[in-house]
Amino acid sequence: MGSFQSLPDDHQYRTLSQKTGFSLEQIAILHNRFKQLSQNEETLWRDDLKTIQDLESNPIRSQIIEAFFDSRNFQKDGVGSVEEIGFEEFLTVMSYFRAPPQNITVEQREEMRRAKLRFLFNMHDTDNDGTITLEEYRHVVEELLSRSGALGRETAKGIADAAMLEVASISVGPMAPDEFYEGITFEHFLKILNGVEIEMRMHIHFLNMDATVLCK
Amino acid sequence: MELKMFILVLGLLVGSLMPLGGASGSPGSGTGQDECKKNNGDEKNGNKTTKKSFPVLSLNYENVRLPFEISLWVLLASLMKLGFHLMPRLSSIVPESCLLIVVGLLVGGLIKLVGKAPPVLESNIFFFYLLPPIILDAGYFLPIRQFTENLGTILMFAVVGTLWNAFFVGGLLYGVCQLEGTNLAGVNLLSCLLFGSVISAVDPVAVLAVFEEIHINELLHILVFGESLLNDAVTVVLYHLFEEFTNAGTITVTDGFLGIVCFLVVSLGGIVVGAIYGILAAFTSRFTSHTRVIEPLFIFVYSYMAYLSAEVFHLSGIMALIACGAVMRPYVEANISHKSHTTIKYFLKMWSSVSDTLIFIFLGVSTVAGPHEWNWIFVVATLVFCLVARVLGVIGLTFVINKFRIVKLTSKDQFIIAYGGLRGAIAFSLVYLLNPKHFPMRNMFLTAIITVIFFTVFVQGMTIRPLVDLLAVKKKQETKRSINEEIHTQFLDHLLTGIEDICGHYGHHHWKDKLNRFNKKYVKKCLIAGERSKEPQLIAFYHKMEMKQAIELVESGGGSKLPSAMPSTVSMQNIQPKKPPQDRALPQLSKAREEEIRKILRTNLQRTRQRLRSYNRHTLIADPFEDGLDEILIKRKKMKELEKKISQMNNYLTVPAPPADSPSVARARLASDPQAWGLKSVTEIPTIKVELVSPQNPESVKVVDEFSKKGSQPKGSEEEGGLTMRVPSSEKQRKDKTPDEEPQPRFMRCLSDPGPAAEDEDEDEPFLP
Repeated sequence: MGSFQSLPDDHQYRTLSQKTGFSLEQIAILHNRFKQLSQNEETLWRDDLKTIQDLESNPIRSQIIEAFFDSRNFQKDGVGSVEEIGFEEFLTVMSYFRAPPQNITVEQREEMRRAKLRFLFNMHDTDNDGTITLEEYRHVVEELLSRSGALGRETAKGIADAAMLEVASISVGPMAPDEFYEGITFEHFLKILNGVEIEMRMHIHFLNMDATVLCK
Repeated sequence: MELKMFILVLGLLVGSLMPLGGASGSPGSGTGQDECKKNNGDEKNGNKTTKKSFPVLSLNYENVRLPFEISLWVLLASLMKLGFHLMPRLSSIVPESCLLIVVGLLVGGLIKLVGKAPPVLESNIFFFYLLPPIILDAGYFLPIRQFTENLGTILMFAVVGTLWNAFFVGGLLYGVCQLEGTNLAGVNLLSCLLFGSVISAVDPVAVLAVFEEIHINELLHILVFGESLLNDAVTVVLYHLFEEFTNAGTITVTDGFLGIVCFLVVSLGGIVVGAIYGILAAFTSRFTSHTRVIEPLFIFVYSYMAYLSAEVFHLSGIMALIACGAVMRPYVEANISHKSHTTIKYFLKMWSSVSDTLIFIFLGVSTVAGPHEWNWIFVVATLVFCLVARVLGVIGLTFVINKFRIVKLTSKDQFIIAYGGLRGAIAFSLVYLLNPKHFPMRNMFLTAIITVIFFTVFVQGMTIRPLVDLLAVKKKQETKRSINEEIHTQFLDHLLTGIEDICGHYGHHHWKDKLNRFNKKYVKKCLIAGERSKEPQLIAFYHKMEMKQAIELVESGGGSKLPSAMPSTVSMQNIQPKKPPQDRALPQLSKAREEEIRKILRTNLQRTRQRLRSYNRHTLIADPFEDGLDEILIKRKKMKELEKKISQMNNYLTVPAPPADSPSVARARLASDPQAWGLKSVTEIPTIKVELVSPQNPESVKVVDEFSKKGSQPKGSEEEGGLTMRVPSSEKQRKDKTPDEEPQPRFMRCLSDPGPAAEDEDEDEPFLP
């Protein structure tokens, strides 16, 4: 975890900017937000994120919060989750949501795409075994439908089953009845989400000017 | 051969059109009246004169003249459309709109030859009858997601682009008119500006006609098409503005300012009017569950009323219609039956297609008919300026827009956008509406407009397809929406909203999420009937997909080829982890009890087998399109529920899931066992085992074939049968003829189905004493 002095250190900002790709202004704004959320402490805890009121109505709230504390997203070969994160980790996770810059090569675009999809994959693969099992996928769908009324787990199960069947049939093709499809690997995940242009859609607009609304 | 017959019929039709077109009363009616009078005269004169014989056959054309002619024109238009598709080579080179204009020219020419006056495209007819179906079709099926994502760009092109075009063309034309050597000095600035504003509007009809054939990628399609729809407001405002100014004589700054206000009123007012009618339509559709037949009527009438209401106030009718269609669609689709949905879709497509054809034909006819005044310089100048203005406008605007877009518009895109700016009948009709008193050069305008329209439709329309291929512009991808994509789209939406909240600024996703939540909480409750109002989008999508698959399955008939959408190669068994045999607190069944159970089951199966024998394949296929499809799905859910219960229970009796096969077969099964839904006791096990494979039951074999996924699979009860009670002891297997020793029953799930939320506790009874 990086240690920041209370005054923004330009040099540290520059290293972060190089690492994550944000501009210096964006980093400053995000740092302000970080300090706001962590109540001016050095590290951020899960409870700090849980205080954001707007996040309450989000059905996948817990998964989003978990993603911030998941070492796999910190671009090192991390395993497991941590209890608290510093600004560098916060920024790293945020960097997954950057828009692709205008002139990048095809390889870079593909790399960005893989990175974003990897992030999504990690969100689903909670036990970090490299595959999204049926149970994990069911959990995803249940969470998605959790706010949407009491239609019960059966519906979510049915949808998740259908989705899983689809992945299996797309990725593996015809299977004999004894074979067992372990789960969605990262490669299969890439394949099924081929139609969705992730690098175009998975981004938010990071401001260059400070217009953050005070969190409620 | 076909073609020759077709041309013959066509010739006859056109031939009949001419004497009937534009003529005054034909002699036939006269004869009829004469006869009548004569008869009356006879009556009065008494019986002295010989009575004229009763007219068995008389001709009275005047009565039916108008509807007859209209029908004849519509028939001609539709036959033309048919004809073009019979000539595949031609239709691949020339877009339909061009061919239709040529046909119009021919017909107009023929009519003129005969000496009659060809009918002109009356502006009233155009605006009130021909245009609305096309716009409603476009608005109802507008892809909302892409539209709103690109709304900024579209608005920029529509508003700023059209304004730029109008003033550029108008101004430069005025400059040209002032030049020496042309006798155009009579054209004042206002007329030029009016002309410019009319001609600069991209026409939705023409764009639709051409772009639909080239299957360009969705982004470009929505950009050009959206622009053509939204620029109507600008055109309307400018048109009325300049017309008023011409009447008024003097212009002040206030007037200019009022013009801007007028623009806002016209566009926003149109949208509000449309939205109101849309909500009314959605609300009405909530109550139509008992009168399904007239559901489509409500949609059409409300939309048309929206258009007319907007026109009353000189608001933008097109925007009203688009708003109405777009607003009512999600709610109406949740309320109306599947058949109504199909009806609406096909009626809209049919009407818009006919309208579109008629418009182009009439354009051709009007060209022959209309009073023309050809002025080389004016016409050529108009054409050149239009093209230049369009190109400059697109380039300039894209430069500005690209600063704000994530997905930038490449120069290829810009070229297509500029090239796709086709003009069409709206411009023509607007000029036609001009009052010749105020605009003495109206005929010249008409000529110029027709030339521009012809140029854009013919030259640009014909060449855009090879250009698209040449430039390798991305085409539309025909991908089927998969449930995985849907799940992840929703997931992404929530994820991005969450990240935005964490970042602390209210961005695009935040507001969209807020709108969705508002929609779900308040609006849907009002406008959607019953249970559907609480259904989240994912589930609605899932049901829709299921329905589609069910219908596809039925439509593919008994063929061995199954629709590819179904993951038929993988079954539930493949993805479900093998559960370790659970040690449930099941009492060990005594031998006697077991025997009893088996006997009961056997007798039940025998009974149902007998019942089924009377059915043959044809009676099995019920109509899947009845509204009973919903009931079937509910029933299937219950079946699945039962199956789950049973499967959890035992080692002895392994029960395969009833396959989610076609509703028709399911229905037939259920029909033969009316007590199936009781689910109360052993004897009423709902899924009848549709015959095992045995030579004496050929029908059942056929049914089996329908569902055998691969030929190599052993025929057997497990595949398509209902609950096959497979008993371990071999001597009891006489009835249950299982050809192979399948270690495990197959779980075939073509369509997975969510079970019901409620648990029926009764079903536990059967196997426990």
